[in-house]
This record gives sequence, structure tokens and C-alpha cells, in this order.
Amino acid sequence: MKQVKRAALYAGLLALALLIWWPLWFIVMGIFLPADELTALLGPVFGEGAGYARWFLLPSWPTLASLAELLLDTPEFFAVFWNSCKQAFPQALGQLIVGAPAAWAFARLRFPGRRALFGVYVVLMLLPFQVTMVPSYLVLNRLNLMDTVWAVILPGIFSTYPVFIMTRGFEAIPKSVIEAAELDGAGQFTIFLRLGLPMNLSGLISAFVLGFLEAWGAVEQPMTFLESAENWPLTLYLPQVVLDNLGLSMAASFIALMPALLIFLFGQRYLEQGILQGAVKE
Amino acid sequence: MNRKRATKTHLRQLKAALPFLAPSLAGLSVFVLIPFGDTLRRSFCNAMGNRWVGLTNYRQVVTNSAFQLAAKNTAKFLCVCLPLLLGLSLALALMVRAQNRKGGVFRGTFLLPMAVPVSAIVLLWKVLFSDQGLVNGVITALGGEPISFLSTNAAFWVLVVTYLWKNAGYDMILWLAGLDNISKDLYEAAAADGAGPLQQFRYITLPELRPMVGVVGLLSLINTFKVFREAYLVAGNYPHESMYLLQHLFNNWFLDLDMGRLTAAACLMVLVLLAVIGLGRRYWRLDEG
Repeated sequence: MKQVKRAALYAGLLALALLIWWPLWFIVMGIFLPADELTALLGPVFGEGAGYARWFLLPSWPTLASLAELLLDTPEFFAVFWNSCKQAFPQALGQLIVGAPAAWAFARLRFPGRRALFGVYVVLMLLPFQVTMVPSYLVLNRLNLMDTVWAVILPGIFSTYPVFIMTRGFEAIPKSVIEAAELDGAGQFTIFLRLGLPMNLSGLISAFVLGFLEAWGAVEQPMTFLESAENWPLTLYLPQVVLDNLGLSMAASFIALMPALLIFLFGQRYLEQGILQGAVKE
Repeated sequence: MNRKRATKTHLRQLKAALPFLAPSLAGLSVFVLIPFGDTLRRSFCNAMGNRWVGLTNYRQVVTNSAFQLAAKNTAKFLCVCLPLLLGLSLALALMVRAQNRKGGVFRGTFLLPMAVPVSAIVLLWKVLFSDQGLVNGVITALGGEPISFLSTNAAFWVLVVTYLWKNAGYDMILWLAGLDNISKDLYEAAAADGAGPLQQFRYITLPELRPMVGVVGLLSLINTFKVFREAYLVAGNYPHESMYLLQHLFNNWFLDLDMGRLTAAACLMVLVLLAVIGLGRRYWRLDEG
């Protein structure tokens, strides 16, 4: 009886998991399909051909022609991919550089107004982009940064969510370790650099993984702050090219997925930890 | 005397903390806090921001028909999605936990959509949900009538499904942590008293998880604002009116640079969110000491 129940549960999980595996498989298989087969299968969706779109589990004649065309003959795609990198990596790294010291102060130093200030950070972390969009625009406009990558990077760097996650990590370092270092006469900066950062490495990675995934998938910020198409990241560019060439679009979807997928596969543990530190108090 | 010493300690502490906080605080002041003050001021001014108009902007926002539609849709979206999401993710967590090795591959699987950027799935969503798309292909093959997913009220449900797909894993991780924290003794004692799995769920699991509902719900609420990404990429700036959300409204007012309404609407939204966040305050306390 217990065996049957477990098997039924397993089947249920499998069915739900397919809802996630199939879309990913769609994207992966898409890069192996030749352009004419893609048009034959998906043409109806884009106004070419009658009937309904069709799809199979495996390509009948695998090729990497579209991917090669995208990577070798489509320089504008490279520019867009580079835009995404230029916006996502500095943002995630900047969040660590600015946020880690602040998190250290919140977690380890006792100063007046600490709890009130942390409250401000928490509220800011929970405000959606639509609310901070107007203030950000006002200042970016005044600083003449609109329509430059800095308009996306700078407000992103000062996001308070990473500070929150890293604060939790620094709080978890045993007091005795820090006190021993203090007795040895080490200054706060030395303790932060030599002890704090290494002992909270996983917190830093968590913040980075979450920050990167967020920045890589960002739509609202670039859409609001970047007017010229030459600055657009993948998230804005891809919906446009969908109509031009199916093969290229499939390959581009795959390339857009890869960095996020790799970071996820290597950082899943940190991602889970970050999610928990952002929510539940242990 | 004592007071003086206390001030002195405070000053010393502040001096020690300031170098650590300075970069973050300076950036926040420049990019968020000061312009927020400006936003608040402008919400009481005319579009140019140089003449005081009292509550005119607020009145215009609240009586605007697009605002009413968007607010209604957003509220409906929240009321439908949040219970569905909390329930589905809890079910996932329970099912995953019932497997060996803490659910192994499933745990990662359900979390995966969180990492998938919209740019990678926008093509797929079009292929799935357009009039001649895959879903309609399956529906007609089974003998049903095709559905215009993106140009009827069904658009709302496409958005709901997308939201669940993307966010269920995030909440599942939170529930899993909550379930791990429930003492095994409770279940053993209940089993010894002859309680079945359903009774154990009803009388142990649910009450033990209750303190978490607030924080999971609040974080899910915050995440719903990001569903705009999917909505925008699939349906553009003016989607079917059933999925015209506050986020679209903000975006359109922004394109018109309608600063009066925009600033007033932003301030209204902050007000509402502050009230909601106030309810979840106790989960975000700092360590004492």
C-alpha cells in the first residue's frame, strides 16, 4: 500500500516536472532544427501556413546551422549579448562591493539608529520597480544618465536586497571568533576583510546569484531608461527579432538562457540559501 | 554626566560604522531617498513641478478609468494568484519531501523557472498561446474549440499560469524550510495516538506552518509585480483589457511623461505597500544585542 502511494506521488511529481522540462527541451531542441523545418512546424503561429503549429520531441535532421549563423554572421546579436553582460555583471558585482560593508555594519556594529535604518532598507527592498521608477527617472534625468548603461547599472547597484541577505550571513558568524580578533588588536576593516568576507562567502555568492539572475532577466529597467536600440539587452531585443527569422530566434533564446542556466546549475544551493535568508528568520 | 558619556559612545559607534555604511547610504540617498522626496513634492504640484495644486493629481488618478481598470485587474490577479500559489507550492513541498533524498532532482526542477529569463521563453509562449499555436492544436485535435488566448478574457489566465510556473519553486523552498522545522516528535506522538496522514496534516502541519504564511504571502505579493515582464513581452504595452495591470498603467503614463499623475500614483502605491509591509514587520528584525 505504501509503495503504491509513493509511486502515485512520484507520477504526480513527474507530470508537474514535465511542465518545466518540456519548455526547456523546446528551447534546446530549437537550435538543432533546420530553418525550413522550423518554418514548416511553427509557421502558422507567425502567419505562414494554415492549420496549427506542430512540434516533435526530436529533430528529424539535426543541424546547428542557425546557431552558427547567429554566432558567426550576426554581429548585431553579439552587440546585444554584450549589452546584457555589460548591464548584469557590473550590477551584481557592484551590489557586493557596496552592499557587503553595509551588511557588516548592520550585523556586527552597534550604532544609534541602526534598527530604524535597517527598517528603511527592508522597505526599499520590498518596493517594486514601478514605485522607484519615478524617483530614479528624476535623478537619472538630472544627471544626464538616461539612455546610457549607467541608468540601468547605478540604481541596480544600490538595491537593498543583497544587503539584507548578506546581513543575515554576517549575523551567523560566531561572536567569539570576532572577539578573539578584536583582542588581538585587529581593526574593524581588517576583521571585515580577513574574517568576515571569507566566513560569509556563501552569503556573498547567494547575493551574487540572486542579483545576477534578476539583472539578466530585467525588462522594466532597460525598457524605461534605455531609449536607443543600440543599448538594448537581450530581454528587449529578442521579442523584436521573433518575427524576422525563426531559426535565429530559437538560437537566440538558447543563448539568452545559457548564462542564467549555468549560474543556476552551479549555484542552486546558494540560490536556495539566499531565498531563505531573504525571508525566514532562523 | 551619564548622558554625556552615552552621547560620546554613540558618537564613537557612529564613527566606526560610517565608513562601512557610507557608500551604500550615499548611493541610496542620491538614487532613491532624495528623489523620493522630490516625487512626493511633485505629486502635489502641476506637471511642470512648479505650482502647488493640492490633491488635484490624486483626484485625477483615482477617477481615471484606466487606473480603475488596472487597479481592479491587479486586485483580481492578486486574489486569484496568491491562494493558488501558496497552495500549489505547499503541495509541491509536501510531495517533494515524501521522496527519498529530500526530493533530489525535483527540488531543482521546480526552482528552475525562476532562473529562466523571459527573453528565452517569449518565443515559446507565442508558439504555445497564439491563435494557431500548439495549445490550440492540441485542443482541436481532442475535438475542442480553439481559444483566442491573448485577445479574450483567457489572457488573464495565461498570465496566472505563467506566474505560477515561474514562482511556485521559490515558495516551495520556503515551505520546505518550514516543514523541516517541525519537530518529528509531534508526528510520532500523533501517529501513536492513531492519527492518519490527513489528520496529522490538519492538526500539526498546518498550525505549525501558520506563522510562515504571512511572510511567504508578502514575498509572493512582491513577486507578482514582476509578472509584468511576461505580460509585456507576450502582449505588449496595450494587452487585452483583462490583463491590463497597474504596471502597464505606470508604463504608459511614463511614456507620456505625465509626471503629475505618475508621482501621485507612485505615492499611493507606496502608501498601500507600507501598510502591507507593516503587517510582516516582525519577520525582518535585526538581531538584538
